Amino acid sequence: MDIFVQQILNGLVLGSIYALIALGYTMVYGIMGLINFAHGEVVMFGAMVTISVISALMNAGINLPGPLLVLIGLMISIPACMLLGFVIERVAYRPLRNAPRLAPLITAIGLSIVLQQVAILIWGRNYIPFPPILSHDTITILGASITKLQVIIIVLCLVIMAGLLVMVERTKLGRAMRATSQNPSVAGLMGVSVNKVISATFVIGSGLGAIAGVMVATNYDQAHYYMGFLIGLKAFTAAVLGGIGNLGGAVAGGILLGIIESLGAGYIGTLTGGFLGSNYQDIFAFMVLIMVLIFRPSGLLGEKMADRA
Amino acid sequence: MAETLLKIEGIVKRFGGLVALNNVGLSINKGEIYGLIGPNGAGKTTLFNVLTGLYMPDEGTFTFAGKDLFRAKPHVVVGTGIARTFQNIRLFAEMTALENVMVGRHIRTKAGGLGAILRNKGTMDEERAIEAKARELLEYVGISSVADERARNLSYGHQRRLEIARALATEPTLLALDEPAAGMNPRETSDLKDLMAKIRNDGVTILLIEHDVKLMMGLCDRIAVLDYGKKIAEGVPEMVRNDPKVIEAYLGVAHA
Amino acid sequence: MTMVNNKKLGLFAVSAIAVVVLPFLVGGALGNSWVRILDFALLYVMLALGLNMVVGFAGLLDLGFIAFYAVGAYSYALLSSPHFGLHLPFYITIPIGAVLAAFFGILLGTPVLRLKGDYLAIVTLGFGEIIRIFINNLNAPINITNGPQGVNLIDPIQVGGFSFGKSFELFGQTFSNVYLYYYFFLVLTVGVVIMAWRLQHSRIGRAWVALREDDIAAAAMGINIRNIKLLAFALGALSGGVAGGLFSAFQGFVSPESFSLIESIMILAMIVLGGMGNIAGVVLGAVMLTIAPEILRSTIGPLQMAVFGKTIVDPENARMLLFGLAMVVMMLVRPEGAWPSKRRRMEFQDAKKGVSHG
Repeated sequence: MDIFVQQILNGLVLGSIYALIALGYTMVYGIMGLINFAHGEVVMFGAMVTISVISALMNAGINLPGPLLVLIGLMISIPACMLLGFVIERVAYRPLRNAPRLAPLITAIGLSIVLQQVAILIWGRNYIPFPPILSHDTITILGASITKLQVIIIVLCLVIMAGLLVMVERTKLGRAMRATSQNPSVAGLMGVSVNKVISATFVIGSGLGAIAGVMVATNYDQAHYYMGFLIGLKAFTAAVLGGIGNLGGAVAGGILLGIIESLGAGYIGTLTGGFLGSNYQDIFAFMVLIMVLIFRPSGLLGEKMADRA
Repeated sequence: MAETLLKIEGIVKRFGGLVALNNVGLSINKGEIYGLIGPNGAGKTTLFNVLTGLYMPDEGTFTFAGKDLFRAKPHVVVGTGIARTFQNIRLFAEMTALENVMVGRHIRTKAGGLGAILRNKGTMDEERAIEAKARELLEYVGISSVADERARNLSYGHQRRLEIARALATEPTLLALDEPAAGMNPRETSDLKDLMAKIRNDGVTILLIEHDVKLMMGLCDRIAVLDYGKKIAEGVPEMVRNDPKVIEAYLGVAHA
Repeated sequence: MTMVNNKKLGLFAVSAIAVVVLPFLVGGALGNSWVRILDFALLYVMLALGLNMVVGFAGLLDLGFIAFYAVGAYSYALLSSPHFGLHLPFYITIPIGAVLAAFFGILLGTPVLRLKGDYLAIVTLGFGEIIRIFINNLNAPINITNGPQGVNLIDPIQVGGFSFGKSFELFGQTFSNVYLYYYFFLVLTVGVVIMAWRLQHSRIGRAWVALREDDIAAAAMGINIRNIKLLAFALGALSGGVAGGLFSAFQGFVSPESFSLIESIMILAMIVLGGMGNIAGVVLGAVMLTIAPEILRSTIGPLQMAVFGKTIVDPENARMLLFGLAMVVMMLVRPEGAWPSKRRRMEFQDAKKGVSHG
């Protein structure tokens, strides 16, 4: 029972981070109908830049409380990632908007590789530890332990996601985004600047990605140039699970995937009689992805079919 | 009494909550030209897609030439002898006209991967036969002069004819044409009419959707009228033309 | 007509001779390590041609292709090495690996039949990763793959009593075994080229193009979409499996590291940059992308030393950076690839003009 609650809690932490990243995928997909393969790298940059800023401040002898340092780091990494997202869209996607669908996919993969290599140039190939400035005190819930930091991660994710939903439903930009996702050419005729909406989508998604990247880094106490790949893939899975293009779906899918993965990793040994161990944790996301696409390609909350060529 | 070729009964097709086809039944006799008319959104193309295996009907029965085709896959439907064209022309745009028709021979030929790699005599003979038949069909529909042009570069009228040739390549007993005269000028329409008469005289039954009521009245042996996913009339053109339900639903709307 | 034929024949003869003497020229001028790179280029040509059947001919975007290479490689490694004490000859293990890979091709292809485009790419990517994770972890509780350490001491190719594992003597000169492998791979590569070319110009090849251009129209013309897709997956995987077995024998060692996602991307890039769907273009792409990075690897370091007096960017890093940039720039400048098929070029040109496709 303790393991069960513990894994659920772990899953919630993981899942809310996936959800935050999944929003980036799903927003872009909803509006442009393409998978932004380079989004994982934006997440990685968010983590890396934040760590660099914090380290720089500490090296300069500036003694501030941990949370404040992280906040300053975020205030620099979020705009940096937003800029990155803006540039990615300009370079890799905008010139290819009418090209066959393979073309933007290839540029996105190419850009992913470039961003990883740039990260190696700046930060090297090794794991970068997150500076030990945040407390790892735990609290106990139903016999399972969770750090205060993880509670903050969950709450923060939920608040941000709620804010995004309100923005999309209530603001002028949100309305323009919804119109563009329904039909870009009609939205264009109605006076929506489609290019601006697409840029805004990338910028917002990348900002969320930056925050998620920092959360990943604080949760695992480290960051790495390659961290974006797997977490990006899982977040994409979450977006598909919830129904790609659907914001609420991305949130639900992310949390669900996090829980499935934690429970899976916790119980796979028992389930397979010890044949498979928790080192198979990463296959769950792929399994879920494949299952969803086979049995319910529109996702749990989605309406769109998975047959966009 | 003429021999029944195709018979559907009680066909229902739903899209989510929308009932696109509601209990539709009809039968097509061998050798006739059977017309399907109705206002926009009446379910004509949906019915077409059901009859050619692209949509799976939810309920009903569907037999063709004595075989049960209810919920059959498209390639099975084509194999049994129903071929179609599309309302918004769907040619293989970057293939030549000849290659398009050669694809139509797929279902009537056998060469597999191994034959293709080994190039044994049987495969090569078949390949030659495919090309010969394809050229013959281009000649038949009157576009053999553009055999090596890319389908994309053909004129609109030629594209329509090419689609018919491609469909004929599957050796259908029923040829289903979805608005073949759409966008054609009167001369092209009249040529098309001649082509359809020729195809029918060569023993192929024709199912036709068309907006051009005059064309339909002059060409079809029998006509069915769809409205809101239901069949509201069926019979010889004269009878359908005078049916008050048809006038109200179709002509009435059109003349309003 | 005869003039053209003679010209073609002449060109063919010249390139045939060039390909045959190439390793001796390269080996003489640059050393055996470059002949080894040529061997790898041939392996990649086979792989790229295999993937091209799936992506280029049938239009199915596969990002997990390396899995089939892995299946072929591990089949050979497990059946012809001390790991299980089995030492089956290559003419048994390579076909076994190829058939097993084709079987996996069908196994992985079946559930994704309904998917297209990006979705297919992501799911095949997932499959590729699953296979790698399994290979990486199947060393416990029963040791099947030997886990991350990989399998070594794999048997070289042996014909009669003659082993490809060591150098040989010819005309009183000793030659490295990389020459033997070159000709062995060359024969098989030519086989794969012929296979791909004949498939392309057949009833099956036409059905693939039809599927790629408009799957609904293809179905409505009586093509069994499921079978024709699975055939593409199976035949592509088959070529990948053969290449995998050869890789095992040639390298003498396999580990999961050789089968990561980046390898799948690399092979896809060979196709795309070379000219998707066009066999000559794909061969060109594979050779370019195998050789260019090696040239970079051997020049970037010394170049930096000469210019800056120290190594600023490590060569591996610079190599990947340039590779990524090349992918981006190529797509923006010449999306149809260096040597596209006529048909593909038309598709891309129409797309540029903003003409919609069906």
